[in-house]
Order: sequence, then C-alpha cells, then structure tokens
Amino acid sequence: MSHHRIVISPGARSKHYWSDLWRYRGLLGFLAWRDVMVRYKQTSIGVLWAVIRPLLTLSAMWFIGWLFGAGVPEGVPRILLVAAATMPWQLFASAFDGAANSMIANSNLVTKVYFPRMILPFSTVLVSLIDMAVALLILVVLMLFHAHLPGPEILLLPVFLVQAILAALGTGLFIAALNVKYRDFRYIVPFVVQFGLYITPVAFSSSDVFGNPSIPEVLKFIYACNPMVAVIDGFRFSLFGGDLPIHWPGFLTSLTMCVLLLVLGVRYFRRTEKGFADII
Amino acid sequence: MGSAIITAEGLGKKFVLQAQRERYTALRDVLGKKARNLLGGGGGQASTNEFWALKDLSFTVQEGDRVGIVGRNGAGKSTLLKVLSRIVDPTEGRVEINGRLASLLEVGTGFHPELSGRENIFLNGSILGMSRAEIRARFDEIVAFAEVERFLDTPVKRYSSGMYVRLAFAVAAHLEPEILIVDEVLAVGDAEFQRKCIGKMKEVSSGGRTVLFVSHNMAAVQNLCNTAMYLSHGQLVSQGPTDQVVAEYLRAADGSNGSELASRNDRQGNGAIRFTQLALCDGQGRSIAAAQTGADLRMDLHFSAGHGPLRNLHVAMGIDDVYGQRILHLSNETTGQIFDVADGSSRVSIHMPRCPLLPGSYGFTLFSTVNGEMADYLLNAGTFHVESGDYFGTGRLPAGDQGSFITDHRFTLS
Ligand SMILES: Nc1ncnc2c1ncn2[C@@H]1O[C@H](COP(=O)(O)OP(=O)(O)OP(=O)(O)O)[C@@H](O)[C@H]1O
Ligand SMILES: [Mg+2]
Repeated sequence: MSHHRIVISPGARSKHYWSDLWRYRGLLGFLAWRDVMVRYKQTSIGVLWAVIRPLLTLSAMWFIGWLFGAGVPEGVPRILLVAAATMPWQLFASAFDGAANSMIANSNLVTKVYFPRMILPFSTVLVSLIDMAVALLILVVLMLFHAHLPGPEILLLPVFLVQAILAALGTGLFIAALNVKYRDFRYIVPFVVQFGLYITPVAFSSSDVFGNPSIPEVLKFIYACNPMVAVIDGFRFSLFGGDLPIHWPGFLTSLTMCVLLLVLGVRYFRRTEKGFADII
Repeated sequence: MGSAIITAEGLGKKFVLQAQRERYTALRDVLGKKARNLLGGGGGQASTNEFWALKDLSFTVQEGDRVGIVGRNGAGKSTLLKVLSRIVDPTEGRVEINGRLASLLEVGTGFHPELSGRENIFLNGSILGMSRAEIRARFDEIVAFAEVERFLDTPVKRYSSGMYVRLAFAVAAHLEPEILIVDEVLAVGDAEFQRKCIGKMKEVSSGGRTVLFVSHNMAAVQNLCNTAMYLSHGQLVSQGPTDQVVAEYLRAADGSNGSELASRNDRQGNGAIRFTQLALCDGQGRSIAAAQTGADLRMDLHFSAGHGPLRNLHVAMGIDDVYGQRILHLSNETTGQIFDVADGSSRVSIHMPRCPLLPGSYGFTLFSTVNGEMADYLLNAGTFHVESGDYFGTGRLPAGDQGSFITDHRFTLS
C-alpha cells in the first residue's frame, strides 16, 4: 500500500495546501492552455485581438490625457507615458476579470473533481500574462520608435509586474469567492474595470494628483488607496527613471493596500472554498 | 485479507437549502409571517431548510474490495462519493483514506467542445489527475479503446454522442489509482459499449485495485462487486456480500407496494387524474400483499380526479424486471377499451388471469392521458412482489434465474 494517506474531517484545512497547489501545477498549465486554445479557435482573427485591445485603450487614454492637458514630464512623449500605464492596467483588468469569474465559469469542474480551488484563478492569470507579453511588445516598439532607452531602473520592472498580478489576484480571489455565493458580484467586475480606468493614473500621472494643491488631502489619500497606483507609478519609474520620481507616501499607501487585499482575499477564499461545491 | 483502505466514522453531510434569493427578502419574510398568522397557522413551526444528505455513516472498505453502493434516488450515494473525493466537505465525522484515489463522477468532465479529441484526452486526463507523461504513455491505448483514431483531430463538438462518451470513458478507464470511485457512468452509451465498460472495470479491479461503484443497474453491481452497501435517506442500512445486500435493497423497495403514490411529487402531466395507489387483489377481490404466479390477479390503480367527465381516458402500466428492463406494457389502448367516463370514477383495474410473472420483484411505471393530453406520468412509481405459485398444476416452476415469464405451452414427441 502506498504511503498516501488522507484524513477528511469537517473544516480540516490541508496542512499541505501550498505544496498541493504546486503538485497540481500540471492542471494549472492545462487549464490555461485550454483557455488560450479555445479563444484562438473561436475567434477568426485570434491573436490579433491581443494587439487590438491594448492599442484601442492606449489611443483612447492618450486622447483623454491630451484633451484635459494632463502633465507630461520633460522629454517623455505622452504616448509613451500612457503606454507605460496601459500595459499594467490591461494586465490587471484581464487577470482580475478572469480570476473573479473563474469559479462560475468552471462550475462543472468544481462540482465533479477535486483540486485546490485556487488553481482556477491562477490559471486565468497565466492566460492574461500571455496577453501581457503581446502588449509589452507594443510598448517596446513604441519606445524604439521614439528612441527612448530606459536606464538601469528597468531592472525593477518585473517587481512591478508581479505586484500588478498580486493586486489582481487579491481582489480577484475575493470576488471569485463572493461570486459563488452571491451572483450579484458578477456585475461588480465590469464596473470595477471600467471605473478603475478613470481613477487610476493611466491617462494622467500621479504627480498631477499629489502635486495639485487644490485637491484636498483626504481625496489624495483615497486616490492612493488604489493598489494599481503603486504599480503604475513603479512602471513609469522603471521606464523613465528620474523623469518621473515616485511619490513615496502615496506609493507606500498603495502598496500596503495591495498587500492587505491579497492577504484578505487569500484568507477569505481559503475559508470559503470548502463550501463552493455545495452552493455553486 | 487486505487491510482497511477507507475508514469512515460517523460521517454526516448537511446541506442548507437556499431559498430563491430575491431583492426584498426581509420585507417579504415579514409580510409572509403576518399572513400566516392571520390565516391561523400561527403555531406552526417554520420548516427548517436544513437537510442531512448523509447521516451517521460508518463503514470500512478493505483493500482490493469492489464495493457496490445501491439505494434509491436521493439516498445520498453521489454525496458520499463526493465527500470521499474531497469535493464536498463533510459536516461531521471523519474519513481516513490510505491510497491514491481517483473519481469518475461524470463522463467527460471538463471536455471542451471546441477542442479536438487529442487535445481533450490531455485536458481530461490532467483533470482526472494524470500527469502529462502518464497520458502520453497511455495515449495509444486510450485511442484504441475509444475507437476514434480517424477523428482525433476533429473538435469533439462534431462527434456523435456515442463517440464522445466512448472517448471520455476511455480516458477515465486508463487511470491507475489505488482506489477508483465511479458514479453511475454506465447509464450512457449503447449496450455494446456498456458491456465493454463493465469488462474494462472488471479488468481494472481484478488488478487488486479497490473500486467503489454506484449504480442502479443491479446486474452490473452483482457482476462487478464482491461486497455492497445499501444507503437509504443518507444512512447505511446494510453492508455485506453483494447478493444479500441487493436482495435486501430490492425487498425494501417493496415498501412502496400499495402505497404512497399520492405523495409523490416527481410526476409529470396536467393532473387531470393522479394515481394514488396500486393495490393487488386475488381473483375473489380480496386484497393481497403479493401476487402469485399462476393465480388470477387484479391490479387496482386508484386515482383522484377533478369533477366532470373524463374523456378518452387512457391508462398504461409498464412493468420492469429487477434490472430495470421493461418486460411488459399493459394498456387499454392496445386492448382496444376506450374509457369515456362520467364523474365519480376512481379506479382502473387490470385483470390478469393466471399471472404469468415468475417469482421476484417487479418495478412499475404508470402513465395516463385524458383527452389526448398527458394527465399523469410516474416513472418508477414503485415495485410489487410476485410469490411462487403453481402455474401448471405440477407444483413446478422454472428455476429463479430462468427468465421472468411463464406461458401455457405443451410438448409433443413424434
Ligand atoms: N449541493 C446540494 N445542495 C442541496 N441539496 C443537495 C445538494 N447535493 C445533493 N443534495 C441533496 O442530497 C440528497 C442526496 O443526493 P445524491 O445526489 O447524493 O443522491 P443519489 O443517491 O446520488 O441519487 P441518484 O440515484 O438520483 O443519483 C438529495 O436529496 C439531493 O437533493
Ligand atoms: Mg447520484
């Protein structure tokens, strides 16, 4: 007999939750692969969508920034400034959207097979990373076109990429778990994505907010509570360096929120996941 | 003798039945309560919306056992398998499992219609817990078992439903866990395929693997399993050698004889009539508990009907053997008796001179139409029992496993 031993009892939390998650990485990969395959089989221009979507958002945000005369630092073309924010925002938006809907979208799996449920949101994040790779290419092309070479700060970029993913996962896990019980949360997702685009520094930059004396402090604080603020400020910093210095109090507030949401999201998800199959 | 591979102690699972959520729940509840009080039902206790699908279940399964799990619809069989598979969390109790467990609760879980057969084999295999290397190693076997070589690169949405099921079962059949859990998957596919599946499952289990197998097909259970468990209302009624347990299950199903059809709510039809009871009577019209082979039998189908005449009343009764196979269909349409009845009827009787059914349990399904519209349809309405009797006046009947029927016949020698 093998040494595989499982004890099932009410509310027992697997001591090996995270190693279990690691053991199921094969399934994680397959689910992400499935989503990508299906997407490209169902759409006739397949891969092109991964290019068109960020390009459209980019143009719109560029236009809005230009229309309202959002500040642009010396020597940085507006289009680059906006592109540096559109990319992480797109990553966040698609990862958040995917994660939040992942349980409902795979309810047949949830009720028929065992696996650590977190596999599902994780796999949707993998899918959005592929989109992100395409969008990143656009950014590279734009930077080459404007002959803008980043400094050594570019080495920090992966850190902020990870942060964008964690921000999406934290919120996504929360909504995913809530979505199982209260389907109303499905309607919150598009709202967050749409509304978020306007309160996140995509068309403008954080210095427009923090540097504006006519904005009350409390609003500045609320603005900084958005976990994506730190991500985007970080992105711009790693691409444009000293041209766009980080506003530290705001950055730290935003970072704290990101970590807080992640911890709460993971905890809430783990606390409720045992009951998913009962009610989904 | 193997050692215990699954040990369950006091297992229970409670579901909270959720009412349809609406926006003004609180307000509606308050108003509802007021209305109830006004109508005089005030003292009545609000019905709890909790429900124990499994209760106080303790059992052990030995290594290498092939366990059949039987029970009526809603007995909790699937819920038990889900608890063992860690899909749902038990509410109380404890289970210890000593081995790698794979479960097949549905054929083709996670199949995606847009993906090709080849892609789905990998996806489904991985969902069922196989590693990429394992799937690759068994790929050819799976394809050969499913007989879909030519369609490997066709999206499965273009498969016939038979091909789809074959492919899905093939993947699952090539799992190699120490414990295999299978829920009612043989209900699909044609007879040929079912035979192949049972063969494959036998092969799997003869390799010393432990199998838990839920089915309503008693022949399959008896064929495949060496022990069985009988669940009823979430509780374990008996566990032991398959034949004993199956016999007990079939006997207990008799409980519905001459009974509770009125309270059944799994019926279809417009309700112009509703069957309330099947009662068995002998040739003199005396009520009997079981029919007897060779004795005159009258089956009284009691029904309730609204007022007014029943135009063109058509009543049919299907009789099934213990394996769920339809063996008889009795209908006033085929006998050419058309009923146009006035107000006040409440019983249709089927007279069967010299009952030709051999001793055993039989299930029955009831169907009726009034004026061409389905009035009442009760699938698997219940069972009745036939006792041994003297058909030929010789005191002899064929042995128990020699069919379900007897009929008048004569031998000559020339
Ligand atoms: N998620 C759920 N929420 C509420 N009730 C449930 C849930 N799942 C199952 N039940 C109830 O639990 C009972 C047992 O269901 P289960 O599916 O285990 O029956 P079963 O023995 O497999 O029946 P069948 O032979 O029809 O497959 C049923 O009354 C069912 O309605
Ligand atoms: Mg079932």
